[in-house]
Amino acid sequence: MRWELQSSAAGADKRHVREFPPLKDETSIPIQRDQDIVAARQKGRILAQRLGFSNSNLTLISTAISELARNILLYAKTGEMTLGILEDHGRDGLVVVARDSGPGIADIGRAMQVGYSTSGSLGLGLPGVKRLMDEFEIVSRAGRGTTVTATKWRR
Amino acid sequence: MAVPILKQGAYLIASVQSALTDADLLELRNALVEMVGRYRSRGVIVDVTAMDVMDSFASRTLRDIAHMIRLRGAETVIVGIQPEVAFTMVQLGLTLEGVATALDLEEGLAFLDRGAKKIGRDVGATG
Repeated sequence: MRWELQSSAAGADKRHVREFPPLKDETSIPIQRDQDIVAARQKGRILAQRLGFSNSNLTLISTAISELARNILLYAKTGEMTLGILEDHGRDGLVVVARDSGPGIADIGRAMQVGYSTSGSLGLGLPGVKRLMDEFEIVSRAGRGTTVTATKWRR
Repeated sequence: MAVPILKQGAYLIASVQSALTDADLLELRNALVEMVGRYRSRGVIVDVTAMDVMDSFASRTLRDIAHMIRLRGAETVIVGIQPEVAFTMVQLGLTLEGVATALDLEEGLAFLDRGAKKIGRDVGATG
C-alpha cells in the first residue's frame, strides 16, 4: 500500500489518507529545542534496533528522524514526534510521525523538490527523508500544521 | 565545549565524542575558526568516527567549517566517516563537495603533512 502526497487543496476534508492501527511500543517525543532532535533520533535507533534492522538501516532511520525533527523546529517551532512499530500482514515496520501545528506548507510539490527551501537550508530534508524511508506521506493545511508519516519495513 | 580540541604541533584536532546538537556543531565551528588564528594552525582535523548520524545540518556545518578555515589560511580534513553514515549521506545528496576527507586520524595527519611539504616546496621553488 502506498501513501499518496496530499496537497492542502486536494485533501481539504481528509486529514489523514490512512488511519493507523495502533502502533506497538509507541512513544512520543515533544520537539521544542535542538536537544530534542538528538533525543528523538536516539529513541528511534533503539526502537529500530529492537526490531532487528541492519546497521545501515539504523543510520538511515535515525537520520530521517533527525531531518523531520529539525523541520518541526525550523518551520513550526514546536511539535511532536511519535515512533512506533506497525505490524502489517506479518511484516514489521518502524513508523515515524512528525506532527506540528505550524503554518503548514504552502506548496508541497515544491517542498518535495531537492534544493527548494524557504529557510536557507540545503533543501534536502523532505525529499531526502522520502528516499531514506520506504513509505512517505505528508499532509499539510495552511495555518493548521503539517503531519509527515514515514515507514521503514524490516525485510 | 562538547567537542574537545587538541593542539598538536601546527594542527588542531577536534574529536567528536558523542551525539552533537545543532548548538554544539555551531560552537565547534566558531571555536575552530577562532583557534586557528590564536594558535597559528596550518591544518584542522575533525574526527567524526563517533558520529552515528550525519544529517543535512551537520553536513552543512562541516562544510562551512572547512570553507571558513580555508579563508583563514589553513586546511581542514574530515576523518572517520563510518560506512553506514557515508551510505546515508549519499542517499540524502550530502556529498561534502570541496571538503577533504580521509579514512582516519592517521590518514588525516598524513594528508595535512603532504600539504605542508607541498607548500614548503612551492616556497622553495619561487625562491
